[in-house]
Amino acid sequence: MNLKELVTKPQKLTSGHRTCQGCGLPIVARSILRATDKPVVVACATGCMEVTTTIYPYSSWNVPWIHSAFENAAATIAGVESAYQALKKKDKVGDIKFVAFAGDGGSYDIGLQSLSGALERGHDCLYVCYDNQAYMNTGIQRSSATPKGAATTTTPAGKVRQGKEEFRKDLTKIVVSHNIPYVAQASIYHWADLHNKAKKAFETKGPAFINILSPCILGWRYPSHMTMEIAKLAVETCFWPIYEVEQGKYKLNYQPSKKLPVTDFFKPQGRFKHLFKPQNRKILEEIQQEVDRRWQELQKLCKL
Amino acid sequence: MSKNNFTIKVFTGTKAAAEAMRQINPEVVAAYPITPQTAIVQKYSEFVADGKVDSELVPVESEHSAMSVVVGASAAGVRAMTATSSAGLALMFEILGVASGLRLPIVMNVVNRALSSPINIHCDHSDSMGTRDHSWIQIYSENNQEVYENTLLAVRLAEHPDVLLPAMVMQDGFISSHCAENTKIFPDEVIRKYLGKYQAKYPLLDVKKPVTIGPLVLPDYQFEIKRQQAEAMKNALKVYLDVGKELSKITGSSYLYFEEYMLDDAQAAIVTMSSTAGTTKVAVDEMRKQGKRVGLLKIKLFRPFPYQEVAKTLSKIKTVGILDRSESFGAYPPLAGEIGNTLPSSGWQSYVFGIGGRDIDVEQIRNVFEELLAGKIAREVKYVGLRE
Repeated sequence: MNLKELVTKPQKLTSGHRTCQGCGLPIVARSILRATDKPVVVACATGCMEVTTTIYPYSSWNVPWIHSAFENAAATIAGVESAYQALKKKDKVGDIKFVAFAGDGGSYDIGLQSLSGALERGHDCLYVCYDNQAYMNTGIQRSSATPKGAATTTTPAGKVRQGKEEFRKDLTKIVVSHNIPYVAQASIYHWADLHNKAKKAFETKGPAFINILSPCILGWRYPSHMTMEIAKLAVETCFWPIYEVEQGKYKLNYQPSKKLPVTDFFKPQGRFKHLFKPQNRKILEEIQQEVDRRWQELQKLCKL
Repeated sequence: MSKNNFTIKVFTGTKAAAEAMRQINPEVVAAYPITPQTAIVQKYSEFVADGKVDSELVPVESEHSAMSVVVGASAAGVRAMTATSSAGLALMFEILGVASGLRLPIVMNVVNRALSSPINIHCDHSDSMGTRDHSWIQIYSENNQEVYENTLLAVRLAEHPDVLLPAMVMQDGFISSHCAENTKIFPDEVIRKYLGKYQAKYPLLDVKKPVTIGPLVLPDYQFEIKRQQAEAMKNALKVYLDVGKELSKITGSSYLYFEEYMLDDAQAAIVTMSSTAGTTKVAVDEMRKQGKRVGLLKIKLFRPFPYQEVAKTLSKIKTVGILDRSESFGAYPPLAGEIGNTLPSSGWQSYVFGIGGRDIDVEQIRNVFEELLAGKIAREVKYVGLRE
């Protein structure tokens, strides 16, 4: 199926929602949801996706949708899925797919426990993290997904500190350690890859997880027409490699023909502007080293 | 007396709660064993393991997730239950408000135990009282029979279309939860007929009629939505009596807002809740034998609070002692706060007792009655059983 055919399918997240121009998350939601033709129930964590799509009395969702709190999207969808399993035993319901969407705050930080619990218990659900690398909805505060060097409102670039001082957490790897059937990292730029991953995830029996980098014009500070370009650069620099782990087996889904320096991804973004001052060159070098180290480690895992 | 057959079982409070849950047989039960945990869900897990129920049992990784799972399940359109205590209830606090705000008729057994710090694990009411403004129906049980019956009643009350609010059924930690008593258990088919089937109005699993549950609501609608919630709580007062009358036909018990014990000609009365009501009845019996006109008003339904009925009943009594098993630091404790304002200031005294599981005995209650009969009324809260 080509992209043209895919986008003509009925939208489960309709237009009229209120995300920013150039926001990555409607692309995330639509790319995922168009990968199944079965009925689907969606849970959202508190965050951009929830506030921009459901301002009462309006809703952009054409599918059953629930929001409960910030940290419990995984437990909420687990509850819905458990109700479904109970009814299924009694033959009272047909096939339904379940998906939870949460940002990096709701997945890497406050929702990590709930996510981990749901994965371990083996609920038949897909969990999608739309990772925009900070608390964008609450005012661009740092999260454990925020990359080193990025300026946020709680890690501003100042006279003695140059943005976030720690490297970001690797949630995808943490999820892999749960030994669930399907884990993937994906990009909105690589739409065919993302579509295939979502399809596989929906077809997986048991828990599946996809981590998707979701560029944010407000927090990353770049012109709104550049969203896809920025998403592409994250992959081309190996800052955000796209790969999948099926039944424990790693597979690299895209190998850049020429790996670009991480500065190519940083340069168009205001959140990294201060790093390009001559006195911050060392920080950029450290970041490049860490990106290289993680990339090499991933390549090794994919060759196993 | 009831026309129905019943079996007498020797049940602890936790087993009585689990037995009610077995008869309810909810589609989903989720729980987590925070410290302090109670045996309700362990017992229920045995029912699951033995195929006596067909619930999906979700052994979550925290009480926060336990409440989140039952919220998801209830929104999906099925009966969903959990049980908790103390710190677990405190951890659920955020999602308790989600459950009531989404108007989900979840029923939860709560074993009343002290909140940290200091960590304690014994009985007082600080846990459930801390959630009293969270729009959950609250029913307090004196003994294990009441635990069983109140849990059944709570399902009908919570699910009534004029109510649609979650309900918690309280029992005293250790005193009820760990002590075995004779408990009358009514036949499954009779109870299941009483409970009926739950029909959710807007279930999430109805994929042909997609609904958005839990949207963002701004100042243009939030006030009206919360006002409807207040109205539902008001409706619960009437529905409680209605579903109670129906249950009464099975059990022979009465389900009024409160129990009156020797109140008709009483000069002094104690108002209290839960297991301490039993101790108070013994004190009343003893003092009545000595010709002292004392009585008890045992509150059963604390949320919604039956203000008018309580005030009317207490208005004819000269002095009232209100005994709370929790503090409201810097204010009158919860029961006194509700009742005091409806009584003339010369006629009531607030007492706090039993914090952190401190025992209260018949003699201490007799002393309270003697103080009340002597008209010793102060504006300050007094403490029973405290070393000062």
